[in-house]
Amino acid sequence: MSGVDNGVNVQALLDAREVLKGAPEAAQFVWRATSKWEKGVHSTTTIQKYFGLGQEQSHKTRAEFSADHPEVFAAEDNGITPIEYLLVGLASCLTAGVASVAQNRGIQLRSVSSTVEGSHDIRGILGADSDVRNGFNDIKVTFNIDADASKEDIQALVAQSQKRSAVFDALTNPTDVTVEVA
Amino acid sequence: MLERGEIANSWRHERWDSLRLLTPNWLNRLPGHSYQGPDPDGYLTMGEVVEFIEHFAVASAAPVRTGTNVESLRRDGDGYLVSTSRGDLRCRAVVLASGACNVPTVPAISAGVPTSVAQLTPFDYRGPDHVAEGGVLVVGASATGVQLAAELQRAGRQVILAAGEHVRMPRVYRGRDVLWWMDASGVWDQRYDEVDDLTRARRLPSPQLVGTPERSTLDLNALTGLGVELVGRLAAVRDGSALFSGGLRNVCSLADLKMRRLLAGFDEWARTTGRDAEVGPPEEFAPTTVAASTRLRLDLRGGDVGTIVWATGFRPDYRWLDVPVVDEKGRLRHEGGVLDSPGLYALGLPLLRRRRSTFISGVEDDARAVVDHLAKHLPASAG
Repeated sequence: MSGVDNGVNVQALLDAREVLKGAPEAAQFVWRATSKWEKGVHSTTTIQKYFGLGQEQSHKTRAEFSADHPEVFAAEDNGITPIEYLLVGLASCLTAGVASVAQNRGIQLRSVSSTVEGSHDIRGILGADSDVRNGFNDIKVTFNIDADASKEDIQALVAQSQKRSAVFDALTNPTDVTVEVA
Repeated sequence: MLERGEIANSWRHERWDSLRLLTPNWLNRLPGHSYQGPDPDGYLTMGEVVEFIEHFAVASAAPVRTGTNVESLRRDGDGYLVSTSRGDLRCRAVVLASGACNVPTVPAISAGVPTSVAQLTPFDYRGPDHVAEGGVLVVGASATGVQLAAELQRAGRQVILAAGEHVRMPRVYRGRDVLWWMDASGVWDQRYDEVDDLTRARRLPSPQLVGTPERSTLDLNALTGLGVELVGRLAAVRDGSALFSGGLRNVCSLADLKMRRLLAGFDEWARTTGRDAEVGPPEEFAPTTVAASTRLRLDLRGGDVGTIVWATGFRPDYRWLDVPVVDEKGRLRHEGGVLDSPGLYALGLPLLRRRRSTFISGVEDDARAVVDHLAKHLPASAG
């Protein structure tokens, strides 16, 4: 395992796992985003602060995300479609998982790329057919991984990455969502 | 030895009718007592298990007090006070051998199931004839879940099986029972202090095995072949509908990969120990087939399903144990069967000291180790 460096500090993660086993309250995180309507279906969402390890935390920089609809939806396309942000989340979460698991298993990665495709029948959101759901019908992720490992070990990396993925879980299992007017 | 009911009580009263042991007869070794019948490769029925244990009780002259329910156990001076339905006992040491499967685990989401749907645990289930009309949702794909799903589907019920993470195994590999490989290759002798993640290993679901005269494999592909519909893990019950995870494909991939790794380990063992000649050639098994699109939602009020069977595991019941040795998840804290309370011990828990600890052949070595420790404790506590 010596010399393998995917840039993931696995030891810190393993240490955190041990510490948090005995301190479940410190493991409670709240991730936050604030969003502002611009015009039309264009909005800007800002993320900087979150709560975790028992206190307020902050990213190094504030991140801004524009969301809009494309011109084929008769909008101005000032940013990607909200549902595409789910693809961003899924791809980046699974990729992070692949790198972490590879580091933990002593597998040197040379390149990892993936393509994520979400099939979406927009008759749902348009209200054109009440039998069609609003969200994705299915999502397909295809990884291309070049690493010092057998095909089977690479498959195991990708499987383990899904098993420990926050976004994979959030997309494949129902989540209780409350939306209120303040 | 205190027994709340009769000898082999849980085998008599807490098992379904068709169940047979998962271990082949030749592997059911107890000290000085092994299977002597005509079918060493077969699997005992529940009636035969009861007989086997009754015979051992006689052969070993075990001082069993039946019909004696332990109501509490607490420290008392340098020993323990055991309150039973037949009076109190004082003792210097106690071995807890009450098992890991006292109560079926039923998830909290069961509270949301409409009252029109009957709910059963493996303790309630006897056979298909006692299950209400209609389809059945079986939740859980360990040995219990796959066996009940197969039995109900064969009885003409439409079964939907919700599968989370599971342990896939062929019944027979290269001509030998898969548990022969576990035994012979030393996997079952792996010690608790050699296992990478002991907590996870102790919580592993039972493998998808069944004991049948045909020695057939009962993995998810076999169930699909019978007509069982596979769905993902049951994630929630909301507004009268069961909602299933969309992650079935990955839990199947994980199980396939782990099975292949296990079998490759057996191959490696056979090759390096010169045992290749006594077994058949290496075999490959098709990956688990998952439908292109699995059901994510089942309307429990729609009439397709009349019963839910919760094959979601079991847990021990230590409500009678008034000694602080139970963790926040209700499991005993112990070091290879030695509890953090002088003179208190455990036997017969998952991976107590070895991977074989919960199988009949696992108790002998565990008991020796625990009794060695206990024997050293007794003089120290004497006086």
